[in-house]
Amino acid sequence: MPLLEKYPPDSVVPVAGLDQPTWIVHRDSLKELAAELQADSASGFDLLLDLCGADFPGRPDRFEAIYHLYSVERKERLRLKVPVPEDDPVLPSLAGIWKAANWFEREAFDMFGLRFEGHKNLRRILTHEAFEGHPLRKDYDAARRWILTEDKVYRPQPRPDDGESDDDMFEQMTINIGPSHPAMHGTFRVVAHLDGEVITASEVEIGYLHRCFEKMAETHTWQQVIPYTDRLNYCSSFINNVGYCRAVESLLGVEAPPKAVWARTILSEFSRIMDHCVCNGSTLVDAGALTNFWYFFQPREEIYGLLEACSGARLTVSYCRIGGLAEDLPPDFEAHCRRLLEMIPGFMDDIERLVNKNRIWLDRSVGVAAISGEEAVNWGWTGPCLRASGVANDVRRDHPYDLYDTVDWNVPVLPGGDVYDRYRVRMLEIRESLKIIRQLLDRGMPEGPHIIDDPHIALPPKEDAYNQMEAMIYHFKLIMDGIQVPAGEVYSMVEGANGELGFYAISDGSGKPYRLKVRPPCFPIMSTFSDLIRGGTVSDAVVSLGGLNVIAGELER
Amino acid sequence: MVGESWVTTTFEKLEDWGRNNSFWPLPFGTACCAIEFMSVVSSHYDMSRFGYEVVRFSPRQSDLMIVAGTITDKMAPVLKKIYDQMPDPKWVVSMGACACSGGFYRAYHVMQGIDEIVPVDVYVPGCPPTPEGLMHGILQLKEKIERDRKRLKKAKAGSASDSDGSSAAA
Repeated sequence: MPLLEKYPPDSVVPVAGLDQPTWIVHRDSLKELAAELQADSASGFDLLLDLCGADFPGRPDRFEAIYHLYSVERKERLRLKVPVPEDDPVLPSLAGIWKAANWFEREAFDMFGLRFEGHKNLRRILTHEAFEGHPLRKDYDAARRWILTEDKVYRPQPRPDDGESDDDMFEQMTINIGPSHPAMHGTFRVVAHLDGEVITASEVEIGYLHRCFEKMAETHTWQQVIPYTDRLNYCSSFINNVGYCRAVESLLGVEAPPKAVWARTILSEFSRIMDHCVCNGSTLVDAGALTNFWYFFQPREEIYGLLEACSGARLTVSYCRIGGLAEDLPPDFEAHCRRLLEMIPGFMDDIERLVNKNRIWLDRSVGVAAISGEEAVNWGWTGPCLRASGVANDVRRDHPYDLYDTVDWNVPVLPGGDVYDRYRVRMLEIRESLKIIRQLLDRGMPEGPHIIDDPHIALPPKEDAYNQMEAMIYHFKLIMDGIQVPAGEVYSMVEGANGELGFYAISDGSGKPYRLKVRPPCFPIMSTFSDLIRGGTVSDAVVSLGGLNVIAGELER
Repeated sequence: MVGESWVTTTFEKLEDWGRNNSFWPLPFGTACCAIEFMSVVSSHYDMSRFGYEVVRFSPRQSDLMIVAGTITDKMAPVLKKIYDQMPDPKWVVSMGACACSGGFYRAYHVMQGIDEIVPVDVYVPGCPPTPEGLMHGILQLKEKIERDRKRLKKAKAGSASDSDGSSAAA
């Protein structure tokens, strides 16, 4: 690449043989290189997908900061790795180049103690104020807790940037919304500085649901992580299962059998419909349209019925396994899907007739919390929110997996970038998902097993495990030692309900993940929130939070 | 009552009857369990059949806190504060494995059960519990309140007779 020639030979070293182009970058060259990559329209990368740390205690440079970049235009990916020594864990902040880096850098600081020079607010983000140490370092004990008492709780004091204020100072005040507040879906806290009713500055505090997913993954075997992935985005847990299992499968170099792939695609789309139902339903409730909530929840209950028939659980399904599915599909699977296909469009028609041209809803949502496509990319947005800003970016189409490239469907894109278009994109996507499911059902269920036939990956059937010596040994080895995933690393992505859901897994060849980083789609989206609501009223802020579909379990992991 | 009909009861029984059949729940929902809680209150399962539909988000107006979801150490002071703000009498239902015991998050940022900081009346197991499970839990609480009154009365009677030896006061 011509870009690289001007740097000293040791400072940018491409590494071959990995799942995607990877450069090892010296930290002194990082900022210059990043600025160039971001600005270069021909061969650059405009989206910072993810930034994470990793800890390798044996190496001379103990830590590594890992950047995942993406080009929306060319659909190419690039990984930058920056080694950082333990005694001086400092590297330049890229928050001025990609705004998405802002929160990701705070997270890397929180988890690993990496310090980003030039970051304006390098504070802990996921753990609490009384926390000591950096939990994702390898020498941190996973169960070591710190107690937070009321007097140590951080009290944000947002002030407008410009420092100017109107003459009528008496109208200024600071209000606290959340973390337990009906308008905050889940556990966020927004402290807003108001001038009259207009928000002039705000500070978002998260971490109230930081459940240590990544540390838990490091202390469990590869299969045992699957139930934890359910609880990331719990509105569409099946998609998380698929994303994680695909990442491990690509490390193992295996593929799920056709029947499992077929079912994964169908159930992922049903999960997407459920997720959009919750998001749109609760956004509309925030705007006062309660009826739609009941309309949205009925199809959702019916899809729960399907998932329960498959897996035995309604919400947290854990139905995927590495190499396939946990159980065979129920005998009436196709009939059940067909029934849902008949039923769901009716509910959606009702809702759209009630809402799409509703004066109150239009007043509350059109033009509210609008963001341009370019800005959204710089903030690291993906998924329906980005598509509502006019950028056609969808992992299912750009990097097809499972059966998405074999069916005929569209990526809905709308230009407005506001709450209304986010709602509309989700409604359109529900229809597209139904289209995908219908085509797959018409094609018929593929014959064959639901999980691959490899005793080193899939558990033997229960009756064999009880009756055959060999199967029992395989069963024992898999349960006790876990799947032996070869050493290596992979970044694998699926289109989650909120955007690109990535799993970056590093294996050291033992039975447990060495490092597992989730690229949560709503993390960069939520980091924009403070900017998004500036200049709007408090009621706008409430509606815009609903429209972003931020799920705390995934945001804070 | 209507026409010639009369119902006689004691004030305590009337009070319990009223409380039992009209909890005003405060959903302290943080995670996955909160989504199941939404299912419980929405049309399919419909908790209002039992009189529990007046969901309040203000602790000042509620008497039953349903803790639905993982409580982290960062959330703990908030939970305690909201519990303290609820007027007496008040009850707590711990919904799901995380609220009961930390669930499978034996981790550096997760409270190992909300009973570390607030008293719990009913533990509902499950990850998340089914809507039927939560409804069963709340009905258990209803029974508990009836039971508690009798027990309280007995205890009072017992302690009175122990202390002064005279016959128990009414």
